Order: sequence, then structure tokens, then C-alpha cells
Amino acid sequence: MISARLTVNDEEREVAFRPSDTLLFVLREKLGLTGAKPGCLNGDCGACTVNVNGTAMKSCLMLGVEGVNQTILTIEGLKDSPIQHAFIEHFAFQCGYCTPGFIMNINSLLKKHPNADDSTIKEFLSSNICRCTGYQEIEKAVKSLLKINREDKAGLQNDE
Amino acid sequence: MGLIGKSVFRKEAWEKVTGTARYTADYPATDSLHARIVVSPYAHAVIKSIHTEKAKEVFGVRAVVTGEHFPLTGEEIRDRPVLAKDKVRHHGEAVVLVVADTPHQAKRAAELIEVEYEQLPVVHSPTEALNPNAPLVHEQLGSYKKEERVYPEPGTNVANRTKIRKGSMERGWNLSEVVVEERFSFSPSDHAAMETRCSTAEIHPDGNVYIMTSSQAPFMVKRLIHEYFGVDIGKIIVETPLVGGAYGGKASIQLELLAFIASMAVGGRKVRILNIREQDMLTSPCHIGLDATVKLGSTRDGKIQVAELLFLFDGGAYSDKGADLNRAAAVDCTGPYDIDHVWCDSLCVYTNHPYAAPFRGFSHSELLFAVERTMDVLADKLGMDRLQLRYINAIRPGDTTPTQVKLNKSNVGNLPACIDRLKKMIDWDRGMIQDLGNDKLRVKGVSCIWKTSTIESDAGSGVTLSFNPDGSINLISGVIEIGTGTKTILAQILAERLKMDIRMIHVQMKVNTQSTPEHWKTVASRGTFMAGRAVLSAAEDLISQLKSIASCVLRVQAADLEVGYGKVFLRDEPETHVDVKDVAYGYVYPNGNGIGGQIIGRGHYNLRRLTYLDKETGAGKPGPEWSVGAQAVEIEYDKKHLTYRIVRAFSAIDIGTVLNEKAARGQVMGAMSMGLAFGGRETFVFDKWGRVLNPQLRTYRPLRFGEHPGYHVEFVVTPQLDAAYGARGAGEHGLLGMPAALGNALSLAAGVKLNELPLIPEKIWKMKQEEGHSHASL
Repeated sequence: MISARLTVNDEEREVAFRPSDTLLFVLREKLGLTGAKPGCLNGDCGACTVNVNGTAMKSCLMLGVEGVNQTILTIEGLKDSPIQHAFIEHFAFQCGYCTPGFIMNINSLLKKHPNADDSTIKEFLSSNICRCTGYQEIEKAVKSLLKINREDKAGLQNDE
Repeated sequence: MGLIGKSVFRKEAWEKVTGTARYTADYPATDSLHARIVVSPYAHAVIKSIHTEKAKEVFGVRAVVTGEHFPLTGEEIRDRPVLAKDKVRHHGEAVVLVVADTPHQAKRAAELIEVEYEQLPVVHSPTEALNPNAPLVHEQLGSYKKEERVYPEPGTNVANRTKIRKGSMERGWNLSEVVVEERFSFSPSDHAAMETRCSTAEIHPDGNVYIMTSSQAPFMVKRLIHEYFGVDIGKIIVETPLVGGAYGGKASIQLELLAFIASMAVGGRKVRILNIREQDMLTSPCHIGLDATVKLGSTRDGKIQVAELLFLFDGGAYSDKGADLNRAAAVDCTGPYDIDHVWCDSLCVYTNHPYAAPFRGFSHSELLFAVERTMDVLADKLGMDRLQLRYINAIRPGDTTPTQVKLNKSNVGNLPACIDRLKKMIDWDRGMIQDLGNDKLRVKGVSCIWKTSTIESDAGSGVTLSFNPDGSINLISGVIEIGTGTKTILAQILAERLKMDIRMIHVQMKVNTQSTPEHWKTVASRGTFMAGRAVLSAAEDLISQLKSIASCVLRVQAADLEVGYGKVFLRDEPETHVDVKDVAYGYVYPNGNGIGGQIIGRGHYNLRRLTYLDKETGAGKPGPEWSVGAQAVEIEYDKKHLTYRIVRAFSAIDIGTVLNEKAARGQVMGAMSMGLAFGGRETFVFDKWGRVLNPQLRTYRPLRFGEHPGYHVEFVVTPQLDAAYGARGAGEHGLLGMPAALGNALSLAAGVKLNELPLIPEKIWKMKQEEGHSHASL
């Protein structure tokens, strides 16, 4: 067991875990942040996606210790984001299990590429699997958030 | 209130976009032990010995469980040990359970379990399984306990056979001037829900059994643990929170049994099993495979006279729901066509493959792939337009189904109207093939669909409604929220009936079998139908109670009162009223006298006038209604590389009244996506020893973002008169025609008959090799 401080959702948390525990395991089992989901534990499905220093990362492919001195944002830290509104308005989820991963991926996408083109959107979102929708709803939700399509032009929530 | 058809947001929407939505594995497990399953590396082998000593020495291990002492299980035939004993029958079969304090201790110990096997010859396909010299998967088939209406054939690998005998085959063939016959085959695949299955179990000192599970059928978990293990049924309490995708795969009862025996092994302590992805695909039940032969006879003008169908479903190692899937396929074996003379044998066959669970559509996308591909072959042989052939033969009110149910304007949708609508949507009259140059073709393929349900003939659903002091209502139904949005639809139905604000309806998402009224199983596109009727029945109960109290308060007869807009009012004098909130919890007179109390409404609905199927002819009424539709796929095909891209996918579908437009579209599009993935790329890849080579989401590849086509969905509305506001089943139907439409488009594009799934370029190449380019490319 090691003890370390992790900065998650603007809070510094002290947590004890095994050096071989994944960040996903630490978030879920040690910090009670169960928004990031286990789907494959293999980096294939993206359900565990969080933002680390603003970059979308699969938390099953990172060790907890690798999260030390990083700024970690999980779905629980995202408050009233336009992405959440867009997902609801466009019916971009059904069972909801992949949703936190998709939203965190999109959060990173839009911050890096506020006017992402189709191939950039595909490059980001093809790393997550949704088994319920046909992706068309998710595509519409994402495109409604591109700066060129937004009336309010408001920024997305920053985790830094 | 005009709520019917409105795209109301789902009640649990904010839970799901904020990470607060809880699925089974999200509940804290600090008080829980963790189990890990040791699985068989072989498809068919004798278990010679199991060595558990090293595993038991691992720190934190509390129990190691093997399979000698447990009863056989299985829904139709009791053929499945909870943990394998004597021999293993499929790759990935559960052999040993290790229970430890933490998941990683359990994993470490599981890796130290040593099992000695002696390999046996493997049964690789249902066709091979019927060979008289094939090894037997179940030598003891004749001695198993079974349900009454399942017909295993001891001494063979046949787990169940359903027969359809309608009309006279001799007469049918005599009337036929053109005959076609085609064979089809595909292997088992998987549901690949994003949430892997998870179950916890604990047994308290008073004997109460508590289970939490990601299931479509918590009430069936309760019933089966009672039946298998003899626990009093009232002492079994099953909870199911939100479920992260199911698609039929979570309608089978499997992981719950492992959690239960694991808890038994540690004195009733709470034990959790969370499937790893590989075991979710191999150890828990999968999507059924099929070998099929379809023979159709028609007159020269395209009226189909006769159909002879042989379905050999690959039930895998255990029959469980497989022996129900083959029955459902027999029921709708002809596809949505009016055919007078029908012979069908639909079998569930044992093989050494992972065993089958229901899969969205319950064997219909599978049988329709075979039938609808054959329809195209017939159209070509007749020289007839493919949709015209389907239009001429389309099932209509007045026709009879293969099980001889007479259809009427309520119990079947309008297929001819769906075909007409599809023609417009896909510009059918402009032709099926467009040459884009550069070796590229744009090609359209079509398919028609139908489906009824074949669930228990008296399956039912219950709903309770309880008032809050502000006049808002708690809606409690046994339907599981697996993603279909049914519980939001129920709130819409209730709000519409009581003419109230839907925000005043609070829906309980979690199901607890002790406090939630039973809904048989959340399957078969029957949630909205059965629970919708139950909601309406419960609403009537509320209304009569509201009127009864209000009649005292207002000093009028209850019969003169109406309920709506938050009030109970006189029909002829609406200003004489009392607010619902003032009587919902009883009424207090100015002098302090109280009458009534919290109003609780209850309602239920059971399927009615359904019958069992006759053993020899299949005659009988298995389901209440048939949803129908016509679908198409448009592909861009590369003649040089034999690759393709799905450009657009279309559905013209009759789901009766549309209750929530966007939710219904979402169901249809999502099902289409799953159907395209099943048809186009998903399969278990087996090696020569029957082992699955691709039980991971990087080698077993669902569709990903950016690989999706444009979806085009239109609704034809033929209300089902006995359903709440006329809505038909809609959860599965979008999937049903996709594999066939894709197969039809690609067969046309490639100029070869593509009768196997999945439709990967390699398969096109192989078929082209086999046919020696005899069909010159187009």
C-alpha cells in the first residue's frame, strides 16, 4: 500500500492504494467516484474515460500513482456543462453506461478543438463504444456544441 | 394534455449525464467479498482432477468452490451444472469459484487453481451435431428434468424441436412453378453490453437471501433460486438498479446463481461477482448461431405457395433459453408473408459452443436473414422487382400466420404501407445500383420484418401509484430501465390519463422484488404494452378513490365527478371542485375530522387468450400482436478491393401509436446499428478445438463512432386497439431486417450469393473464389 494525494475535481484527496491499482480502481473503490465505468479493463471501450490535465484518458490504462501531481477531472466534477444539456436534448444516451466516458472525451475534444472537423471528432470519439444508440444522436449533440454552431459562444468548463 | 408522441426527456436523464446514476457494480462493496471464476480452456473435456491447495494458501482467500454438490439448472431443461462437474462442454465454462477479501486476491488465487482435463472430440456446429456419429454433448439427456412443452431427443444432440405443419406441402409444391432453395450459416456472437454482468448475494441468519443483480428478470431470479435451491420464495429479495445495456443477454439467470453459491460457501457473507469482459462474453450466455435451409415455391406471377424451412439453432452447450429461441423462430418462420402451405422444423441443437441467451429480436433477425435473402433469390429467378414480390405476398389482416392465428386490423401492422413508404424513402424507382466510377458502386438492399412475442402465455405486469402530499405521484413498476426509456413512457401514459403535469410524476427506477409489483421480465418489446396497461388500470383505481373522497367533501355523487388538471371537479359545473392535493392524503374538515388517507392505486395486466403450441402442428396463439416493417441498406462497394461502407440505413416501421417520438427513433436506430454490426462484422471466431479466439472488444468489434451510417426512420401508424394509446412493441424491430438487407445489397453488388455472416470482405473474396467469377461483376 502507498499513500498519496490526488487532485480530483478541484479537491485534494489523500488515499491509500496498491502500487498496481489502476486509476479507475482508485477512483471507484477508494474515492467512491463511480461515474467512470469498468467495461473492458483493457482500453478498448472508453467507458472509464476521465480528463487528466485536460486530456481524455482511459483510467483503466493508467495507474493510480500516475495520477499524482496531475489534475484529474471526472464526470462528477462536471457541473451543468453544455455537453450534459446537449446529451439530454439530443437523446444521445439510452442505458447511460457509456455516457460519462463519452462526455469526458467530448469535454477534452471541445477544449482542444472548439471547432473540431469531422475527422477530429471521429478520431476522438471512435475510442469509446456506445452499444445502445446508433451514434447519430451523439454526433448531433457534439456538433451542436461546436463554437460555430453555438449562439451563446460560452466556454466549456475548465478543469485547470 | 397532448403528451402522447411528445419527446419528453427521460426521467433519469440528469442522473445519467452526471455520473450519479448507479448500476449494480457502483454500489459500495466495502462489506463484500469478491469472487473470481476459473473457466475451462477447452470446449469439450473430461475433468480429471481439480487441485485447490495452492489457491487456498493465498492471503485473503475465504473459500474455493467446486461443482459436485449443486443441482442442475436450466429454464427449459435442467441440463446445466452451476459449476462444471465431470466434464466441461464449452470454452469459458465456469469450473471453480474463488472467494476472497479483495478482487485481486481472488484473481491471484484463481490463477493457482490447477485443473487436469482430458480433451474430447468437439461438436463444432449444429449441422455437424446432427451427424449420427457426432459426439454427444449430453449423454444423460433422457434423464434430465424438463418443462412440459420442450421436446429433447435423447441419444442425439437435439435439445428441442418445434414443428410447424400448415396446409398441404404436396398441394403447395404442385401449385409452384418456380422453386428456390438456399442454405445459410452463422456462428454465435455476443451482446457486448457495455456494463458487464454483476451480481451480489448474501444470506442472512434468518434465511433471507438478498441479491442485487444487473438483470432483465429479477423476478425470475427469485423464482429460479427458489426452484433450484429450495429457498422459500418469499425469503428471496432481488434488487436491480439501472442496467447498463442488456439486449436479451441479461434475461438469462446465470451469474446470480454463482453469487448465491459463493455466499453459501462463506456462511452467507455478501459476495460480489463482476464479470471481466472475457468471461462476460464466454462464460455468461451469448447470442445464438444458426444453420438454415429455406425452400420457397411460387407461381410465375410471384404468389408464394409453399415454404419448407429447416432451422438448426446453435444452442451451444446448454439449452437454457435456446430451447425457447428455436420455438419463437418457428412461430414466425415464413417472414411476414401470407403462405398457405408451410413445413418448418426448428431445432435447438447442442454443440460445444458457449450457450445462448435471448438476443434482441429473439431469433427473428436470424431467421429473417435466411428468409429475406431467399426472397431476393426468388425475385431474381422470377425476374421480378424485389419489393414488388414482397408487396404481393405481404401479410395482411385476414391472413393466417404459420401457427394459424387469424390476423385482424389491430393485431398486425400495415406491411404494404411500410413497403410503399420505404420505396419513397430510398428512391427505389431510380434503381438498385448506381455506378460511381472508379470501381465504386452504390447499391441498395431491402428486407421486410415482423415479430410477435412468445413469452409465457399468462405473463403479467403490475403497477402501484402512491400520492405525495403535494398531489404528485410515485410510479412504481417492475419494468427494468435497461435503456429503453420505458419508465419515462409509463409516466407519459399516466400524465396523459390523469391530465396532469408529468413533472409531478416521480418514477422509481430501481426494482426490488419485495416492494415492487412484478413485471414478468423486461423482454420481448412487451414493457410498454403490459406495464402501460397496468398503469392505466392503476390510474382508474386512483381516480375512483379520488372521486370517492371528493364526493364526501363536495357532497355530490362520485359518478358526477371528473379528475384532471390537479382537480376533482363536477363534470357539468367545473368550478365546483377540490384540489387533488387536498384529498390525495385524505381530507381534513374544518373541525378537525379526517377521512381517507394516502391514496394508493394498484393495477395489473396479464396477457390474455394466448395458448401453447400444438406439438405436432405448432397451431396456437403465442403473442398478442405483430409489429411489421420494411427496411433497407445503401452501401458503397469497392469492386477492386471487395470492401464496402454502409452509407445509409432505412426503416419504415409500424409500431402503432408513437408515444415518444425521439425515444422511439432512438430505439429503432440503436437496434438498426446493432443489426448492422451483427450482420457486418460480429462473430465469435472458433479455432479447431472450439476455443473462442476473440473474446475482447479489440478483436470482437462492435460499430464505433464514425463507422455509423446515416439513419432514416419513418413510422406508419396502425394502432393496436388493446394497447395503451395504441402503441405496439418497438424495442427490437429495428434490428430484425438489417443483416438481411445488408446481405442482399452486398450479394447484388458482389454478384455472388452471400449466405453466411458476418459479411466481411474476406467472405466476399472467398465466395468469389468459389464461384470462379462465374457471375461477371456488374
